[in-house]
Amino acid sequence: MLSKVFATIAVVITGGILLYGVSDFPGFGDPHSPPNAGVPGSPSVSQYFITESYADTKVPNLVTSVLADYRGYDTLFETVVIFAAGMAIFAILRVVGDQSVEQPRRTSESSFTDGDHSRIIVGTTCRLVVPVIQLFALYVVAHGHHSPGGGFQGGVILGASFIIIALAEHLNAALRRFSERSYVVIASIGILIYAAFGVFAQLLGGNFLDYGFLEPILFTDGPEMARSHSMLGVEIGVAFTVTAIMFAIYANLSSRGLLRDGL
Amino acid sequence: MSEFIDNTLQPYFNFWIYVILMMIGLWALIAKNNLIKKLIGLSIFQTAIILFYVSLGVKEGATIPILDHHGDHGHGAETEHHPEAGHEAAADHHGENGETSHAEEAGSHAESQGEGDGLKGEYTPEAHIDSTSPDPDKIANPLPHVLMLTAIVVGVATLGVALAISQMIFKEFGSLEEDEILEELKSGNVDG
Repeated sequence: MLSKVFATIAVVITGGILLYGVSDFPGFGDPHSPPNAGVPGSPSVSQYFITESYADTKVPNLVTSVLADYRGYDTLFETVVIFAAGMAIFAILRVVGDQSVEQPRRTSESSFTDGDHSRIIVGTTCRLVVPVIQLFALYVVAHGHHSPGGGFQGGVILGASFIIIALAEHLNAALRRFSERSYVVIASIGILIYAAFGVFAQLLGGNFLDYGFLEPILFTDGPEMARSHSMLGVEIGVAFTVTAIMFAIYANLSSRGLLRDGL
Repeated sequence: MSEFIDNTLQPYFNFWIYVILMMIGLWALIAKNNLIKKLIGLSIFQTAIILFYVSLGVKEGATIPILDHHGDHGHGAETEHHPEAGHEAAADHHGENGETSHAEEAGSHAESQGEGDGLKGEYTPEAHIDSTSPDPDKIANPLPHVLMLTAIVVGVATLGVALAISQMIFKEFGSLEEDEILEELKSGNVDG
């Protein structure tokens, strides 16, 4: 009870201060507010991105070009953060070995093709829908240059397709398709791909993640297309890591680390 | 009262909503007893922050930050909504030296259409500017979107780790209520 009183006081004070500060904000939708157009005397970064990004990188999607090229270092470590979260959950929860103290909740692992008809509707729908979901996820990753999309979005959809299998049938059915060794390896390969683009740029004389210097390797004519292709490669690496870790988080959380029976 | 609404509330209505959402999340984080409910409050707080940042990049009458590059025939749907503007856009796209004039024409067209009311920005489809001369006033700011992509992803990662820790707490103490856990800790019969 005391914590609720204290919480109310703290929230009212903080909310009051924030609401008092709201009146100094620029108006909603103002194209010349400081975040959009900068202040006089200092050039605006976002205006540079809007006007010069296509000339520099030949990628029409401005968000992807900023994410994967201009702020690529930040995105690399964002991928590392996802990987670290997956590894943290692995370290916290994972129980290896035979420690069966409680009964597994679903003892029958038979799918509906073996005669267990209790999950026939959900199972059939899942089998029909999952290939389409995965195809769409690959499309989202590959088309991130021209439409909203990219590595993170496509990776989450691809990871969700495996989670659907685990929810509709059994966690072991999904683990048979995407085993623990696979997802750990694929998560690591994703970050290695991203870092490889950066290191190869360094080996060819530029800075880390300076994709323009990858022109001799990628056989393009001009550094702009090299940046465009490197962005695609980097997004593929991100998609690998995000897919694997999304499924790893689900598998470990839903089975309390045992990876034997899911929800 | 109406002066308060006109001067303080109406121009900054969205910011008020975000602050209220933030405070709801903060209250749940502090006041709720159950650990999972605290995590839900944290998630609400993160969502409010993300909404706030994305709303900073909005420009009235502007379109999405994806440029329309030459040779792209996939925008036929938009030309149906605004037939007169769509014909102009289609005709100008294939013109060699009509590009800069097309941008200015689109800009003036959008100005005459959109009114000054901040909450009612109209979507002008001919403003998907061709890629040679993008007009910064007609394209939404891409930078907050990029920063918030990172924020969403990091939020998901921390939520996953927090749920894993809650599972271990439950396995150790048998309860997810904060006061019961504190009782167990005080009575001292837990190791570590």
